[in-house]
Amino acid sequence: MEITPEKLRWIYTTMYRIRRFEEVLLEQTAQGKSMGVAHTSDGEEAGPTGICAHLTDKDWIGSTHRGHGHCIAKGVETAGMMAEIFGKYTGLCKGKGGSMHIADFTKGMLGANGIVGAGIPLAVGAALSAKLKGDGSVGVSFFGDGATGEGTIHESMNLASVWKLPVVFVCENNHYAESTPVEYAVSVADIADRAASYSMPGVVVDGMDVFAVYDAAGEAIARARAGDGPTFLELKTYRYHGHYHADDPHTYRLPQEEEVWKARDPLPNFERRVTEQDLMDEVEMERIRNAIDQEIQDAVKFAEESPLPPLEELYTDVYVNYPNSVHGLR
Amino acid sequence: MALETRPDPLGPGIDVAGSVIRYREAFNKTLGDELRRDPDVFIMGEDVAGGAGREHLGIIDSWGGAFAATKGLIQEFGPERVRDTPISEAGFVGAAIGAGLTGTRPVVDLMYFDFITVAWDQLLSNAAKNRYMFGGQGKIPVTLFARSGVAAGYSAQHSQNFYSIVAHIPGLKCVVPSDAYTCRGLLAAAIRDDDPVIVCNHKKLINMSSFVPDESYTIELGKGRYLRRGSDVTLVGMSYTTEVCRLAAEILAEQGIDAEIIDMLSLSPIDEEIVLESVTKTNRIVIVDEDTPRCNMAADIAALVADKAFDSLDAPIKRVTGPHTPVPYSKPLEDAFIPSPEDVVATTLALLKA
Repeated sequence: MEITPEKLRWIYTTMYRIRRFEEVLLEQTAQGKSMGVAHTSDGEEAGPTGICAHLTDKDWIGSTHRGHGHCIAKGVETAGMMAEIFGKYTGLCKGKGGSMHIADFTKGMLGANGIVGAGIPLAVGAALSAKLKGDGSVGVSFFGDGATGEGTIHESMNLASVWKLPVVFVCENNHYAESTPVEYAVSVADIADRAASYSMPGVVVDGMDVFAVYDAAGEAIARARAGDGPTFLELKTYRYHGHYHADDPHTYRLPQEEEVWKARDPLPNFERRVTEQDLMDEVEMERIRNAIDQEIQDAVKFAEESPLPPLEELYTDVYVNYPNSVHGLR
Repeated sequence: MALETRPDPLGPGIDVAGSVIRYREAFNKTLGDELRRDPDVFIMGEDVAGGAGREHLGIIDSWGGAFAATKGLIQEFGPERVRDTPISEAGFVGAAIGAGLTGTRPVVDLMYFDFITVAWDQLLSNAAKNRYMFGGQGKIPVTLFARSGVAAGYSAQHSQNFYSIVAHIPGLKCVVPSDAYTCRGLLAAAIRDDDPVIVCNHKKLINMSSFVPDESYTIELGKGRYLRRGSDVTLVGMSYTTEVCRLAAEILAEQGIDAEIIDMLSLSPIDEEIVLESVTKTNRIVIVDEDTPRCNMAADIAALVADKAFDSLDAPIKRVTGPHTPVPYSKPLEDAFIPSPEDVVATTLALLKA
């Protein structure tokens, strides 16, 4: 699939932005700057980047507890994300959601979700809205291999299929549900095989190769926009760190296994490909990396210097309308 | 038409054009009004069209959902806006929440209130919390309706009234109409509201009739009403127990006891003021709830009175509720489960002697 030079730059910028955001966040979390848990997605950058390269702000994505990459790929600004994770009032959710609930409706980011599988029907609902309104937008649901054990995935895929909704199911199979290996918990070798049960295409994709993801996603999203219904993509990928910031993955997986995956790292993979084909050069890529390094440092500074939420925020946003709101909520 | 937001003690004025119709007709009429009024409103649920609309098979009508709540709507609004669902409560309730967050106004038929637990995570974790945890981004203008209550041998899994679990959750709203008039006004208000609202339709009310104005109207969420004014004791009803209170008040009146009846109508938000106003006047209160007794709405209202009107009480707060058991099937057992007017009368008489 053809990629414009602008799109190539966007892809590299986005993947590197996710990588640096996660790495810096882990450093900051180790220093006690995050107010809660952080589930990082470094290693998995090619997935959200290759998918969201085809989306606009009018398209909606549903996400997971491991949602920073989805947010960034959908165009959510890193300063507001960092401030949210630091529990600050300037965060995207005013410091009321944290890492697991980052949302930005102006960018079509329907929210990270802390309940495994719970975000999947929301993306189906966004696609239902799109169909009813006929506005041409699509819904994309990101979820992990662990979520495929939830009933919501079955219900959502069946609904999307019988209603022929413009939705793409994106399973990021990073091979571990917390610490439980996918081979133990999932009955099939390729989760994409299950798509056949819902009369939709199921495609296994190399989730470490952004070009492969870009091609598969382009086809799936075009199919959704054309009114031909849902597609299931299984991205085989790997998270470099533990389930959450304080998890040591070496209690349940071997360093040798990590090395095999890291040899296929999506960033050097991309760099090699574009250099070989003279699409981008190292000077330009270095300039991008430097700019992102600065952006993430600025995001940390913004988050550190931002105010904490005022205590009245405890009571706001529970409802759109509720009589005697303070009296009634206390 | 401007009706008072707090319904008149005796219902709507008789000078308003209207007629006596059944609760189910008022419900169906309101769904039609709201679909007509707002193109973003649509209905989804199991059997809401019931496969109707397959004209190539000559099937142009069907049940129209459980208790015919949606009968005839697919013919006017089509299968996109009167949308049958597979039996997938978590899936379609979640999809409704996602649709609500992205600009439409779904009205979801959950069929039986008991089935709310199958979709509960979507309501608890998404509908109730998304707006809050996203810092005020997005709204969830989703209405869910369901048949509740003990009746006609529906037994343990199709008869429950645990609406207190809905009222318990910040972010959800819950209304309990008690007749055709309040059904129409509360359902219209729920559909027009920007928060998730659960509407409980008691099975025993569905075929009962009362006066309903012809023109569309809303009843403000969070307001109760006086169904009867009196001075000796306050009887609090909700959903079908409002009718139980009405029957009990008639028996008490024959014995010279003047009961006041509050019909709660909303359980979240809840009208604390009407309860406190009444009990401050009558000094005695009996709360009637068909739910089981632990952590039910009657317990919550009793706590409110103990907390804020203790000094005005002349007698202990009393609750008349179902027992701490599942709902049984066999008629005599089912009858024994349900709070009856006689139970309310006996409790009230004991209270007045105290």
